[in-house]
Amino acid sequence: MSAPNKSYDPVEVEALKPEQIERMRDEAVAAVAAASDLDELREVKAAHAGDRSPLALANREIAALPPHAKADAGKRVGQARGAVNKALAARQGELEAERDARVLVEEAVDVTLSYDRRPAGARHPMTTFADRIADVFTALGYRVAEGPEVETEWFNFDALNFPPDHPAREMQDTFFVRGADGGEDSGLVLRTHTSPVQIRSMIDSEPPLYVVCPGRVYRTDELDATHTPVFTQVELLAVDEGLTMADLKGTLDHMVGALFGEGMRTRLRPNFFPFTEPSAEMDMVCYVCRGESVGNPDRPCRTCSSEGWIELGGCGMVNPRVLTACGIDPDKYSGFAFGFGIERMLMFRHNIEDMRDIVEGDVRFTLPFGMEI
Amino acid sequence: MRAPLSWLREYVDLPAGETGRDVQERLIAVGLEVETVDQLGAGLKGPLVVGQVLAIEELTEFKKPIRYCQVDVGDANGTGEPQNIVCGARNFAVGDKVVVVLPGATLPGDFHIAARKTYGHTSEGMICSASELGMGESDFFGGGAGIIVLPPEYQVGADAVELLELVDEVLDIAVTPDRGYCLSMRGLAREAAIAYGLPLRDPALIDVPAGNAHGYPVRIADPAGCDRLVARTVSNVNPAALSPIWLQRRLQKAGMRPISLAVDITNYVMLEIGQPLHAYDRARVDGPIGVRRAEPGEKLTTLDGTQRVLDAGDLLITDAAGPIGLAGVMGGASSEIDDTGATTTAVVIEAAHFDPISIARTARRHKLSSEASRRFERGTDPLAAAAAAQRTVDLLVLLAGATAEAGVTEVAEPYRPRTVLMRADHPDRVAGTRYGRETVVRRLQQIGCAVSGSDLLTVTAPSWRPDLTAPNDLAEEVIRLEGFANLPSTLPTAPAGGGLTESQLLQRRIGRALAGAGYTEALNYPFIGEGVLDQLGVEPGDPRRRTVRLVNPLSDEEPSLRTTLLPGLLTALRRNVGRGSHDLALFETGLVFLPTGEEPAPPRPSADHRPDGEQIAALNASLPHQPRHLAVVLTGARERAGWWGEGHRAGWADAVEAARTVAAEVGVELTVRQGGYPPWHPGRCAALYVGDELVGHAGELHPRAVKALGIPERTGAMELDLDALERSAGGPVRAPRVSTFPVATQDVALVVDHGVPAADVESALRDGAGALLESLRLFDIFTGEQLGEGKKSLAYALRFRAADRTLTADEASAARDAAVGAAAERTGAVLRGA
Repeated sequence: MSAPNKSYDPVEVEALKPEQIERMRDEAVAAVAAASDLDELREVKAAHAGDRSPLALANREIAALPPHAKADAGKRVGQARGAVNKALAARQGELEAERDARVLVEEAVDVTLSYDRRPAGARHPMTTFADRIADVFTALGYRVAEGPEVETEWFNFDALNFPPDHPAREMQDTFFVRGADGGEDSGLVLRTHTSPVQIRSMIDSEPPLYVVCPGRVYRTDELDATHTPVFTQVELLAVDEGLTMADLKGTLDHMVGALFGEGMRTRLRPNFFPFTEPSAEMDMVCYVCRGESVGNPDRPCRTCSSEGWIELGGCGMVNPRVLTACGIDPDKYSGFAFGFGIERMLMFRHNIEDMRDIVEGDVRFTLPFGMEI
Repeated sequence: MRAPLSWLREYVDLPAGETGRDVQERLIAVGLEVETVDQLGAGLKGPLVVGQVLAIEELTEFKKPIRYCQVDVGDANGTGEPQNIVCGARNFAVGDKVVVVLPGATLPGDFHIAARKTYGHTSEGMICSASELGMGESDFFGGGAGIIVLPPEYQVGADAVELLELVDEVLDIAVTPDRGYCLSMRGLAREAAIAYGLPLRDPALIDVPAGNAHGYPVRIADPAGCDRLVARTVSNVNPAALSPIWLQRRLQKAGMRPISLAVDITNYVMLEIGQPLHAYDRARVDGPIGVRRAEPGEKLTTLDGTQRVLDAGDLLITDAAGPIGLAGVMGGASSEIDDTGATTTAVVIEAAHFDPISIARTARRHKLSSEASRRFERGTDPLAAAAAAQRTVDLLVLLAGATAEAGVTEVAEPYRPRTVLMRADHPDRVAGTRYGRETVVRRLQQIGCAVSGSDLLTVTAPSWRPDLTAPNDLAEEVIRLEGFANLPSTLPTAPAGGGLTESQLLQRRIGRALAGAGYTEALNYPFIGEGVLDQLGVEPGDPRRRTVRLVNPLSDEEPSLRTTLLPGLLTALRRNVGRGSHDLALFETGLVFLPTGEEPAPPRPSADHRPDGEQIAALNASLPHQPRHLAVVLTGARERAGWWGEGHRAGWADAVEAARTVAAEVGVELTVRQGGYPPWHPGRCAALYVGDELVGHAGELHPRAVKALGIPERTGAMELDLDALERSAGGPVRAPRVSTFPVATQDVALVVDHGVPAADVESALRDGAGALLESLRLFDIFTGEQLGEGKKSLAYALRFRAADRTLTADEASAARDAAVGAAAERTGAVLRGA
């Protein structure tokens, strides 16, 4: 601590007079208020709050004052500087806000401009629909099985209780495959259904067996608005102890509910397939008219021809001969199976009028379906 | 099978007001697929009457000859005066009886008839042809497409609507292969009777004389192929007798063409009872009728005029001179009944039972499906043969004035009924509901079974149901008659599952990744031909030319299955371009078919038990390799230009990037090397490797291929063997350790010879930089005079970081120098500016 200053200069302390300090403060505050932009404010700040500003210089003089005056002068100068800094901060805030407002306005863009820089892509609805159906069944505990598309007649027909030369073989218009020697009777075909995958599953594993087989199948139909020679089938197989037609019906009901919404029902009609006995044709309530077009000529329905029902595919209890061909004891196990082409299902689910749209690969058709359906 | 409702009513007393639609519904409920109900004569309104032509004036001043006729229609026109009618047909003469529609009538198709002026005369109605009356296109009294000329016995003025049975309903039923008995009125009537709970008048239940020794001689050499043959003979057939209207009409409504009385009768009986019959002109059969297999190479001209070379498996009907028919399929031309019936006065009638498989094989072998073969191959009722022959005799007597001869030939193996043992509750266990023994027995009896036993039933199937061979067949009969609609609905509980396999998840993931990257999936047919491989520039001897070929392709241009996905995808691309889409990126995943050409033929193991492991292996070995491929094709803008600035044209690099996108989903690292593989541009083809295995190619297509295919220039493509990629997939991702110490960045520009692949420089830099290198990125390529001829400069940003400390500048520089040193050593790289 230094000794008290006894030799102070009365002239030099002029600046510490209260009115002088007030004047400096008022000039500074006025200059702050007058600053019209941030650059001016920066200059004002240097002039009135900087190291060489009158108040800063006055502050230095306090040390020269007699001890009795120091506290009073220090308080006055401190208050004045505080007022100036406060004014500066306030003005700084105001001017920044003004600047920001102006710049953000200047930066405004037309957000309605269209932006299609990266063309979109999509998965094919047949793929995503097959996935969705498979998901319904994997949720029930089924597994998804796949197999070859060029298949032996044994897997495609014989094991499914289509005896050679039985007229049932002609129910399916088959693409026959030439042998390695070019011969016509090679014993190979393009699979006409995904049932050979079921046979492969039964041959490979022991019951209980719950599998769903989506896949491409082939029949010699010409492409037109409602037919395609290459189509997608989903088949289901369950083999377990004590399975019944009621279980088949319940599983079908569950599926149409899951895919088409609650309240959709199925109907079974007797039919014939070599691989199931009993066999049935399965229909579901028309997805489009919900049966309301029946007997109602004012509201005809093109989807179901006003029949109220849409044919989905075939089903039934696995013929015990098929179980036997796969080494499964038909006295112990029973099974049910069903299969359907899903193009038609896709068509009425999504209001598709022409099968050709599904097979031609026109991106305008596929894009709206996106990644999932 | 087309069943006229009026005919059905002959065997079942259906309720009077029952419509075809009502019957359809009932028959569907018991399991018959009734596809449609045709309303014959719908909208038809008389007067439509029999008339007699009184006079014909030939009008010759028109382009075609026209007749102006006066026709007596009796009192049908209210005046009794002749009716003046203009007619364009010429197949009638003065005095003929014809069918006349009068003004005020309506013909099918909402065709209103009024008196009108035509060819200079007023025509008061019309003389009708069969098709104008909705009788179908088929022949009627030999009228063909012309107007109907009726036999003279019909009364002038009589109502022709009733006479010609023009109003009827016809149920069109798709009969499944197991239910051959429904290819007859007898079988359909049986189903209708059950459906309505009404009694059936069985047309086969008629008195039949037993076989005797005086009948027409028959020798069966192959009793396995033909276990029953009934032969009957009639004489004194009136060769001029015509089929009556009712007979012709029933054949027409059933979809058959009236031909001559004897033939019409055999067809009629076939439709009625389900037993195909053959009628021979006795004068044209030489000696005993025989049944035997053909000699290989033997020839026969069938009724359709085709000469057929026979197979040793074909069953034949013969006489002393040789084959006279393909048994159960089609008769021969030599013993045919004269089409006009004008010369045949004695007829031999054959009703036989043939082995269904033999008939099916012959029909298939000769691509000859007939009404007879359709029934025989599904199995006919052996016990109905004699009744059908009797019925034929009766009708010939009735309609042709014939005399039935006393000789009856019946050569038959003893009929052994088929018996099935079934637990009485088996149908309950199949259906999942409770019917009870009493219902089960009653239903089985309804379909013609004999049933005995209590808990275990002994069920004897009726002779017309060869399809009932196992308990489930019987269960189906019970369940269908009790109604499929009444089955309960229960959801079985499967054991807990594991969801999708890794491979299935991967396929979905790849699809999403590519779609997210702007690719649209296209699913193309797998059919290709040599032509497209030529266009692609695939060389002779390339394995992709070794294809799986189809026996019966849809198009002769595309007889093979694809060995690459590109033809289908590029076709889809071209189609899209043709339809005005230009910025395209397509992808497909699917199987390709890659035979070695040396696959052995598959065995045909019995389906009576599980094949053994060796047989299964042999079955699989017969199949071509069918790996799953993935391909993309792209053209136009990958990124479009717009108000935001420049776009980016799709090119070879995007195709390579697509492969990397897929590889990233699989979790494998792709190595890219310079390739040269058609159809890619030889200088712009990347060969894609996983380790040392070549898994695919990517790049820009060869300009010649692009031109040949008619697709946009510089189209890019990529194709991968997805299965191969998947085999190399690593396990789950291993998380990196994230260092929080600062990164040290060093840029280097390396000058190398133009031909040095960037991938080589890059891998040298990585190897040289060592463990401190966090990442490396090529950010610029520069060529220019100052580098010298044939040089390029590759600029890389190297990022270094240590896991445990902040790197010093010296450490980072040392690592960089090591990287550059390795690049210099391996690729001759020189640090630019050094």
